[in-house]
Amino acid sequence: MRTVFALAGVVIKELYRRKDFYVLFILTIVICVVMASVNIYNDTEIIRYIKALCLLLIWISSLVIAITTTARQIPAEREQRTLLPLLAKPLTRTQLIFGKFLGCWLACGLVLVCFYAFFGVLAASREHAWPLLNYFQAAFLHWMVLGVVIAMTLLGSLVFAAPSSNATICFVLVTMILCVGRYLDEVALKMHEPLRSLVYVLYFAIPHLEWAFGMRNLIVHDWPMIGWNFVGLATLYLLAYAAIFLAAACLVFRRKAVN
Amino acid sequence: MNSARTLSLLIIALLIFCFGVAANLQPQFQSYENSRHQSDNFFSLLLGDSSRIFANSAFVEADAYYHSGYYPTIFDNTSAFETPHIAEDTGDVASRNQGEETSFMGPTRDWIDAFGRNFIPNRHTHLDTGGPADDLSKSHAVEEILPWLKLSAELDPEDVRTYVVTAFWLTRLKQVGAAEQVLRDGLRNNPDNAQLLFELGRIYFEDYHNTAQARNIWEAALRSWARQEPGVSQSERLAMTIANFDSRFMFEQLQTSLAQLEEKAGNLDAAIARWEQATLASPEPDSVQKHIDALKQKGAGHLQ
Repeated sequence: MRTVFALAGVVIKELYRRKDFYVLFILTIVICVVMASVNIYNDTEIIRYIKALCLLLIWISSLVIAITTTARQIPAEREQRTLLPLLAKPLTRTQLIFGKFLGCWLACGLVLVCFYAFFGVLAASREHAWPLLNYFQAAFLHWMVLGVVIAMTLLGSLVFAAPSSNATICFVLVTMILCVGRYLDEVALKMHEPLRSLVYVLYFAIPHLEWAFGMRNLIVHDWPMIGWNFVGLATLYLLAYAAIFLAAACLVFRRKAVN
Repeated sequence: MNSARTLSLLIIALLIFCFGVAANLQPQFQSYENSRHQSDNFFSLLLGDSSRIFANSAFVEADAYYHSGYYPTIFDNTSAFETPHIAEDTGDVASRNQGEETSFMGPTRDWIDAFGRNFIPNRHTHLDTGGPADDLSKSHAVEEILPWLKLSAELDPEDVRTYVVTAFWLTRLKQVGAAEQVLRDGLRNNPDNAQLLFELGRIYFEDYHNTAQARNIWEAALRSWARQEPGVSQSERLAMTIANFDSRFMFEQLQTSLAQLEEKAGNLDAAIARWEQATLASPEPDSVQKHIDALKQKGAGHLQ
């Protein structure tokens, strides 16, 4: 376990050495502050459109960071010829996958802490309220979703040839799940066989990341907190998918030539 | 030597040709530029006519905010949201909504759908009645629709509906000055529009209690209404047809408002005349006639 954490630590250090996070974070702040400075009929309490924009930017930024950081992990090790020396040490391939996953996931967790702290300050500046538990629920499920995305991208980095193609495919898949994942069953109903069954299978097979994404609306419009039992079940559901993708990644990596 | 001379002559010839073409095209280009609609609106300059498509999206987004995010998507049953509720609630827009607005999602389809509904707004509420908290003290939160309405007006300055709806909600938020400004902006972009004049008159009558100014504006609105379709007689415009619905609605609103104003000012004869005009377009002429009879009796009582 110590080796896994050591590997994760390296990934986290890599994230704060790179400029991706800083650029996206500053861009989010600048866009939100500019939008907040717009005069809407001299009303200084209007905030929801800024909250919605800020949360959308947080989602986009976090997905960009998660996918791009994860997609280059193993290909970079292979390119720099550090993969073989790494595996020559007392480190199994499974530990390497878990270390990379944990590093990316924790790094994304740190990123989310910064982003949601800014969001909380921004919202409180006009609402004068801190619904911290609501924010915690949203951020926590967001982090769980990123766990699934990172595991999926890690699997993709072992399947696809280049990090760019892997990142693009992961972006497209995640965007599609977030936008239409909830409605695939309705779409299936309007189709003829065998397409209907295929779409139905897809609907039940894909990880429903849109649950956490939909929570943006609850936060933006000040809906009451959702039950912790639902948060717990959603967490288990998302962790199960992350585990499936990780297990698949381990299986693929075990059979893959590293040179 | 010869080739250098030819080259320089060629360059001079080309320069003269370019100068001639530019001199010829410049006036034409200038007149074309002047003939185009000049706008200082950022979105119009950036998006051109396509900004109107986005204007409707912004208006619908305002309605989604009015419902605190509980709003149908293209995959849901939208029959109860055909006319945005922010416009319907003003009373100035004819509603095309049908069906149950509280259950556009329908029954749950499967366990994924049922579970997923816990993570999205799942109850029909309006911001002006307290929103998701059902707390009437938070009804001022309806101000949250204003950014989208402002954006919609900037994207399509010729959509009268946006100005009317914005002015209505600003008035509800006790921002009467801002509401008046919105309507004046609307009139600048849509000169002589009867509906905008009607709303402006309403602000002068109901909020500023300036009867004389309100009367002038409403009479101007009536003249504007008459000018809308030149060559078509009033009786034709007030005929009971679906095509005439908006025209009849506007005429009735103006005549009714003027009648109420005259009643309030104590001008019973003028009020009766206005009510009689209102019967021509009213969906319930009998009840208006009863009111006229009551006014006539009242007038007779005063004379005795």
